[in-house]
Amino acid sequence: MTPIEKNIQHNPTDLNGLNPIIEIANLRKSFGSLEVLKDITMSLYKGENLVVLGKSGSGKSVLIKCIIGLLDPDQGTISVFGTKVNDMNRKQFSELRKKIGFLFQSGALYDSMTVKQNLEFPLIRVKKQLTKSEREDKIKEVLESIGLPEVLDKMPSELSGGMRKRVSLARTIVVDPLIMLYDEPTTGLDPVTSFEISDLINHVQTKYKTSSIIITHDINCALKTANRIIMLEDGIVYKEGSVMDFKNSDDPVITSFFI
Amino acid sequence: MIIHSLECILNIFCLVINDPIVRTYIIDGMKKIITPLKIIPKIRDATVQSISKLSDKTLVKTEAAGNFLTDFADVFIFIARATKEAFSRDFEFREFFRQCYQIGNKTLPLISVTGAIMGLVLTIQTRPVLDDFGAVSLLPGMVTISLLREIGPVITALICAGKIGSGMGAELGSMRVTEQIDAMEVSSTNPIRFLVVTRILAATLMLPLLVLYADAFGIMGSWVAANIKGDVTLTLFFSQAFGVVDFIDFLPSFIKTFFFGAVIGIVGTYKGYHAGRGTESVGIASNASVVLASLLVLIIDMIAVQVTDMIIA
Repeated sequence: MTPIEKNIQHNPTDLNGLNPIIEIANLRKSFGSLEVLKDITMSLYKGENLVVLGKSGSGKSVLIKCIIGLLDPDQGTISVFGTKVNDMNRKQFSELRKKIGFLFQSGALYDSMTVKQNLEFPLIRVKKQLTKSEREDKIKEVLESIGLPEVLDKMPSELSGGMRKRVSLARTIVVDPLIMLYDEPTTGLDPVTSFEISDLINHVQTKYKTSSIIITHDINCALKTANRIIMLEDGIVYKEGSVMDFKNSDDPVITSFFI
Repeated sequence: MIIHSLECILNIFCLVINDPIVRTYIIDGMKKIITPLKIIPKIRDATVQSISKLSDKTLVKTEAAGNFLTDFADVFIFIARATKEAFSRDFEFREFFRQCYQIGNKTLPLISVTGAIMGLVLTIQTRPVLDDFGAVSLLPGMVTISLLREIGPVITALICAGKIGSGMGAELGSMRVTEQIDAMEVSSTNPIRFLVVTRILAATLMLPLLVLYADAFGIMGSWVAANIKGDVTLTLFFSQAFGVVDFIDFLPSFIKTFFFGAVIGIVGTYKGYHAGRGTESVGIASNASVVLASLLVLIIDMIAVQVTDMIIA
């Protein structure tokens, strides 16, 4: 049993949703003289879809890259399942990442592999106990759940933008993550496909019981997927609230998103 | 001045040492030295004055020197990480064999043509000179020794630096740009183990085999060239060629080809892995891989020749 699994078991409050599963406190991150994140404090609770809304350059992507360890924060702490990620070594981080799915803005499918190989790649490494036929069944099941069972043997270059995003989502959920991090899931897609992807995010939350952080500047995606919204502005948490709070707000900074 | 020097060292350590734990230890240690000194106002004021006197040109040069040191240290850290991962329990055998196929098998046609042309041209160019001395019978031996000792390994390595090195630089560079390396990392796969180690080892093992293959084609090309202006049977050509070749002619040059392969693999993967974020950086990584790998192949060859010469002497 991994330390994270032990932590989940020994911390039963996680299961009834009282304790946050991701806690970020006083997070700061700069690139040279540019201070991108200035004292961010926020939490993600079990089973919720938390949307982080903000304009381009407000530090949204930097925030989730700090959570997953692709960027090192300058200051502050990030705890996932009660374990501080700042103190983790490479091996511990690798264990933690098995529980977290990350959907990249570009999809980041492996160009040299077919869709099947793309999905098999994390599955072989994370769920080592599965047999070949079990892996194939799992891949088929996940592709069916995203509505693309026919693309199994296609190369990523043969897929449309929306399909790539769906396959990328399938690759993320194939290992049954507990937390999903979506980096701009609807960027570059037409309104219909964006709507479908937002629907799929809700479907993943319901079917796989995931807790998610969705980074977006697409207000329609935010309203459709969010249980709670945090708005970032100039590297700080500008407002936190429910979908209704944001809809009813007359703050010009917030209303500008609805135009 | 003392504080400034210590802070400079501290900053360079911060830049050079990427490992956060080692860095923390070093920084903590250095801070313990600096802090008591900082509280002495005279020294602090002197430091501020001395820093303000530094010209922009000096600061730019210092930064450039710092960047050079950082790059240099990065290469060593990269090699150290790759070496550590090469002995990992979860070695990526499947990807390693795929890379061996990509590097070895897919380079064979190019190497065949190049090898044959090397032998052919070398024979045609040398024949008139030997003819003047009435020593044409030495031609097969001379060409074979040239091919085995020097021309075969170096030309093959340079061809591979162009084909394999640029391929690695471009592939890994585009993977970096399109976040595929990040995707690998977040899915609990060590990209150094999967992408870097497999490619370096495949290049290290395949290059010597490609050189042997090129040598064989070179000797055959030489036989063809010898028959353009003469009439030599294959048996006679081979007996003349290998009659003068010793094991010592072959062994040092064969050993150096492992180093050629390793350097092509390291440079190609390093440049690709550390490519920047824009699409332009893919081209830069690919180009830099070829240029640097070719240069290093020639430098290693020069060192290998000197070392061999010293050992034989």
